[in-house]
Amino acid sequence: MTDSDNAEAEAPAAAGGRTRRLSFALLPLVAAIVVGIFLFRGLSLDPRNIPSALIDKPVPDFQLAALPDRPPGLTAGDLKGNVALVNVFASWCVACRAEHPLLMELKRRGVVALHGLNYKDRPGDALEWLGRYGDPYERIGADRDGRVGIDFGVYGVPETFIIDKNGTIVEKIIGPINETILKEKLLPLIAELDR
Amino acid sequence: MKVVAVASLLALMVAIAPAWAVFTDPPLADAAAEARAQRLMQDLRCLVCQNQSIRDSNASLARDLRVVVRERIGAGDSDGQAMAYIVNRYGDWVLLDPPFKLATLGLWIGPFVLLLLAGLGVVVIMRRRRRQPAAAPPPLSARERARLSDLLDETE
Repeated sequence: MTDSDNAEAEAPAAAGGRTRRLSFALLPLVAAIVVGIFLFRGLSLDPRNIPSALIDKPVPDFQLAALPDRPPGLTAGDLKGNVALVNVFASWCVACRAEHPLLMELKRRGVVALHGLNYKDRPGDALEWLGRYGDPYERIGADRDGRVGIDFGVYGVPETFIIDKNGTIVEKIIGPINETILKEKLLPLIAELDR
Repeated sequence: MKVVAVASLLALMVAIAPAWAVFTDPPLADAAAEARAQRLMQDLRCLVCQNQSIRDSNASLARDLRVVVRERIGAGDSDGQAMAYIVNRYGDWVLLDPPFKLATLGLWIGPFVLLLLAGLGVVVIMRRRRRQPAAAPPPLSARERARLSDLLDETE
């Protein structure tokens, strides 16, 4: 059988056959579009933004001493009874300086108990840093060896934990707080938790 | 002379190779426990440098986590307990080998589903091809019959 005979033989069923063949031809295009959508979405995902394993869990039990001559220190018990933020910071952390003015503003507003967790820092450096840029914190726990940081799942400084009145971690912000995060996420969440 | 130089260089490389892998952390005194800890470290992701294990990373957090793993193993934890200790703090993301659960179902069985679909497609196409010749070709027209007999005559 030659090719031309073959085409003649299929002619009566052409209408159904042609649309089917067309849909087969479009299959690679459809597949490419689906893969493209996933890859395009991947562009806007931040691989550093790892959801915390501690969301909706109580704060880990911990007791941290204060920085020298800068009482009080910070313990898990201090995080119960009112809405609180725990800001993980260090004098060696450049991004912490970027968010620092906003922490000072948060202190001025007085809407939330803001505590500091001084992560793997030399106490002298931390005190000097706070002296130079201002001290927005109520309590500061000095986590010199970073063990409490590990209990909190800290992997990059700065990080900020939002804790409700029962001492449950509600949210964690990774990286420096900026104006948008403060106004659109942090303040509304604090207001909601305060109710 | 040259052979000796090459041999000693090779010996030196072999001797210092383990030092690259484990940096300078003090190992556990019990060699079996240390081997277990090393195995676990290889399966834990360094969260700072993401696609390295904490065993291979020199980030300070990786170092701290190596200390924690050795501590847990040293305290008599099973491998599962020691891993759970880290996962409870850092989530499944810290595991380089993702666990089999509902959220990762697509990841684990997706390739097999695709393979199955492709296999089914091949079977369907093969079947259709095999069925087609069974349909009887339409009878020859008068012209075709004349041409055929001409051709047969020619070859005789």
